[in-house]
Amino acid sequence: PSVGIKASNGVVLATEKKQKSILYDENSIHKIEMITKNVGMVYSGMGPDYRVLLRNARKLAQSYYLQYQENIPTAQIVHKIANVMQEYTQSGGVRPFGVSLLIAGWDEDEERPYLYQCDPSGAYFAWKATAMGKNFVNGKTFLEKRYSDNLELEDAVHTAILTLKESFEGQMTEDNIEIGICNKDGFRRLSPPEVKDYLASVQ
Amino acid sequence: MSILEYNGAAIIAMKGRDCVAIASDRRFGIQAQTVSTNFQKIFEMGPRLYIGLPGLATDVQTVHQRLQFRLNLYELRENRRIKPKTFLSMVSNLLYERRFGPYFVEPVIAGLDPKTFEPFIASMDLIGCPMVTDDFVVSGTCSEQMYGMCESVWEPNMDPQELFESISQALLNAVDRDAVSGWGGIVHIIEKDQVTTTELKGRMD
Repeated sequence: PSVGIKASNGVVLATEKKQKSILYDENSIHKIEMITKNVGMVYSGMGPDYRVLLRNARKLAQSYYLQYQENIPTAQIVHKIANVMQEYTQSGGVRPFGVSLLIAGWDEDEERPYLYQCDPSGAYFAWKATAMGKNFVNGKTFLEKRYSDNLELEDAVHTAILTLKESFEGQMTEDNIEIGICNKDGFRRLSPPEVKDYLASVQ
Repeated sequence: MSILEYNGAAIIAMKGRDCVAIASDRRFGIQAQTVSTNFQKIFEMGPRLYIGLPGLATDVQTVHQRLQFRLNLYELRENRRIKPKTFLSMVSNLLYERRFGPYFVEPVIAGLDPKTFEPFIASMDLIGCPMVTDDFVVSGTCSEQMYGMCESVWEPNMDPQELFESISQALLNAVDRDAVSGWGGIVHIIEKDQVTTTELKGRMD
């Protein structure tokens, strides 16, 4: 399950990263990744498919920068990623990507946050808050009640964790969830100690 | 015979207080023979964004058309007007794509930021090397003459009327010292809420 919430001054992405065995080295692989300094994304679905899209997205974003010497606006990169996903639904010998993406970005020019969702069909939607993956219906219902337009980023992180908790089996620790935030200072994945602090205010 | 001097041209752009100006000559000639006295070398790319293209006339027109193509798609995709600084990068990219077989134009850009209305001027060479300045930029067959004139008449924070006088005098007197430039002039003064276009009366020789 993944969750994204847009606040007045930023966006938060949160996801559960349950591993199959305690022998897994949790901090080596990440679900929440940066595309450019101002845009990040998380997925629900097949990890390998996500990696391909991530690589593609980073390259597309850099091409834009090469041409315009300006960071790609969030809506533009989402559109490009969605186009790639659509191609794989209409080409021969390929299958659609087995992931849904949540893309969070901050636009320098307009000085505002954006949250988008991309589906395997290539359709994309802009959200104020949304949930994806396991129990996403319950997640969305929870968010509908909890969301307000004048939420600040700090509160949004708190709400995101609570939303994840709804469908979480077992104890939530800083090693089995990932949180990423995007504000005017850019996109950043929170470190485990930072996640632990937020968890402390929830437990 | 240098290709950049085949048709002849002169463009100047100057920065003022909350305004920019861009001016060009109007001659279209083939070496010594003047063919037209109303050839367009400055093109409007946005409500407050202008580009001047001196150099080989065929490339002046082609670069303008291809740039317009890219700009139209940009504005449709991004649903916004392009910033002068971004436009500079777009032009630079277009020219460098032809690094080993370049367009023979050395563009001059003048405009105001669509949101902040901050003045912006810049020029670049035929393979896209950008140069952003705070005072003036020149390009064309009489660039040395134009540099001399601009250095003399330019001062910071000129208002639109003073800017008009300065850029006009700089252009007129520079092209009079160049055989392949001149035959009339045109000036655009770009301010936050209006653009004033004036045709200059100069020596028709």
